Amino acid sequence: MTYDDDYANDGEFHQRLIADVLEAYPTKSRKRREKHLTVAKAVQAPAAETADGQPEEGLTECEVKSNLKSVPGVMTIRGCAYAGSKGVVWGPVKDMVHLSHGPVGCGQYSWSQRRNYYVGTTGTDTFVTMQLTSDYQERDIVFGGDKKLYKVIDEITELFPLASGISVQSECPVGLIGDDIEAVARRKTKEIGKTIVPVRCEGFRGVSQSLGHHLANDAIRDWVLDKKEVEHESGPYDVNVIGDYNIGGDAWASRILLEEIGLRVISNWSGDTTLAELERAPKAKLNLIHCYRSMNYICRHMEEKYGVQWTEYNFFGPSQTAASLRKIASYFDDSIKEKAEAVIAKYQPLVDAVIARFKPRLEGKKVLLYVGDLRPRHVINAYEDLGMRIVATGYEFGHNDDYQRTGHYVKDGTLIYDDASAYELEKFIENIRPDLVGSGIKEKYPVQKLGIPFRQMHSWDYSGPYHGYDGFAIFARDMDLAINNPVWGLFKAPWKKAA
Amino acid sequence: MAALRQIAFYGKGGIGKSTTSQNTLAALVELGQRILIVGCDPKADSTRLILNAKAQNTVLSLAAEMGSVEDLELDDVLKTGFRGIKCVESGGPEPGVGCAGRGVITSINFLEENGAYDDVDYVCYDVLGDVVCGGFAMPIREGKAQEIYIVMSGEMMALYAANNISKGILKYAHSGGVRLGGLICNERQTDREYDLAEALAKRLNSKLIHFVPRDNIVQHAELRKMTVLQYAPESKQAQEYTTLARKIHENSGQGTIPTPISMDELEQMLLEFGIIKTEEQQIAELQAKEAKKAMATVH
Repeated sequence: MTYDDDYANDGEFHQRLIADVLEAYPTKSRKRREKHLTVAKAVQAPAAETADGQPEEGLTECEVKSNLKSVPGVMTIRGCAYAGSKGVVWGPVKDMVHLSHGPVGCGQYSWSQRRNYYVGTTGTDTFVTMQLTSDYQERDIVFGGDKKLYKVIDEITELFPLASGISVQSECPVGLIGDDIEAVARRKTKEIGKTIVPVRCEGFRGVSQSLGHHLANDAIRDWVLDKKEVEHESGPYDVNVIGDYNIGGDAWASRILLEEIGLRVISNWSGDTTLAELERAPKAKLNLIHCYRSMNYICRHMEEKYGVQWTEYNFFGPSQTAASLRKIASYFDDSIKEKAEAVIAKYQPLVDAVIARFKPRLEGKKVLLYVGDLRPRHVINAYEDLGMRIVATGYEFGHNDDYQRTGHYVKDGTLIYDDASAYELEKFIENIRPDLVGSGIKEKYPVQKLGIPFRQMHSWDYSGPYHGYDGFAIFARDMDLAINNPVWGLFKAPWKKAA
Repeated sequence: MAALRQIAFYGKGGIGKSTTSQNTLAALVELGQRILIVGCDPKADSTRLILNAKAQNTVLSLAAEMGSVEDLELDDVLKTGFRGIKCVESGGPEPGVGCAGRGVITSINFLEENGAYDDVDYVCYDVLGDVVCGGFAMPIREGKAQEIYIVMSGEMMALYAANNISKGILKYAHSGGVRLGGLICNERQTDREYDLAEALAKRLNSKLIHFVPRDNIVQHAELRKMTVLQYAPESKQAQEYTTLARKIHENSGQGTIPTPISMDELEQMLLEFGIIKTEEQQIAELQAKEAKKAMATVH
């Protein structure tokens, strides 16, 4: 094992902290929230390690209630189904136009929220950073919006002849008044000969953006796969990368490694992807799933219907990257396995150099995480490779299976929170006083005002990529920049320092 | 000038709300009242008998044509009909699309903001069917209708609907002050119809304000797009509507908070009146029928 994982957290302290935090709630809210907070407990008999360095059983048990409705009034960090579908799954499909169907607000405020990197000429053959909305008016509500949808589709077709298709991202009113967007999609697909995908991702559905991911996956299943003849010359090493959004270029940092070990990435979802890539995905030999939470549904479908196996991987930090490369290679012949070893060896000097430079500056630093999708667990080893410790972590919209998987990563005594409120998070941070907090933009400034270094772990704070070996170097530099920034030494007023 | 009185007619679809309300309001003019009818039904047929024609320009259709309701002028949609009664139709989408409930909200707001309620003594809302959603409950919300009149008959579904509408009224009775003015029974010549209507009214903590007898003259008038008051002012039926108008006028402030009953209670009531039969009765009837059939085949 290359990383230093020999530590445990102060579980008793964290348990007291949870009790303290819950104290402030009225009885009913306390009862609901206490099920979402826990402290990871070491599994009694640690199982033998498998070949890839991952224990078969989790290191710890850290199950909490999850994927439930947020307590009203607690400033949840969550988004809605529309955000999950438009922002995460469909938005990055670059050669399609994604229509925010409904009143203008949802479209305006979801415009370019996620840095979905792509290659192409915006407005000509790629449309990711553009925002189109049907801008529902009162009359569309009263008389139904389908007529307008027909018209908008015609306009899009005329304005963007190179767009390969359109996805219709439903905002709340579409579902409230029962517009038949499926009928419109069917008719217009026939008329204009392009793929039109209606997505029923009305924001009031579900408890978080998570349902939006699921609905968007289902829309790919129902409206994209098997809809056209797909010309594709299959190769023995064809793989899909699923759930890699290309924030800060992560898809590319991952892809080069996969290509170096001899695999051919025929489809990359959905960072920098095209409709054609989605369509040919079922032809692959293996699905490599990165964001399990948002894209496991379509992987399960492809396994059932097309027999495409899937495996999860993690390219955060060198120890996980190496383990994942070996795991992926194990699905293929020896030539791939050999290349994987060669690639790991090739990058070892870079890894050593990064660790030599940054580990002395970061060793022993405590990190508190609170993010979405798989990062609350996936980034942990990247920190540990640099000698840092994860004291607390939690998911915005994780499900039960996410918390099960978290047990593979976190140490005994780690504080675990699900759908933490702004109050809970602030209390935890104040009391633990970690050396670094990794969360989102809403958390950034309050944390920095507490005098605690912060990195955005949704957008990489406009940096990145963090995936793969290239990404690790940038990750290490960014964490160092945040933690060892001289500004933190100026936090106390000079006249108070003397005292 | 007396304070503006706002009333609304609700009831099961097809029960005769529009017919009853227009005939009654036509009679109400004789009591010196200036009236505005607000039709809250996408079919836009709440003012046909007063205007002697179906209203062509509804608030929502014109608004859609012009772009938005802000582009609309009151004069475009306000028509004057029989005996100077002012009429507006809210209109709405064709069946099966859009949101007619939102349409009702939009048009009532438009009418209020544009002074349609000035210079009248009565505003009367004629609302379709049941209180299916927030939009169709608009007239019973705060600051709208003070009294609701439920048009019903001795038919079971009409009784169900009346009870259901009472629930809607009860919901807003405490926040907005709306009251149940009473039940108007539009005779269908069902068994013990009058008694049943009276009994239900009592159970709902209300009263049967009038029992409108069935008379074919209503049909004759309606075919000619007229109220009975216009078609046959001397008829007995015209007298009935005049009586009802007077009762409603005198009922101002007499409305009650309804006490809707449970489905079980309602069904029990229908059993008592012999409208629906107990299981034993049904089995006995069925057996009698079977026996008859058996006899027939034997012969």
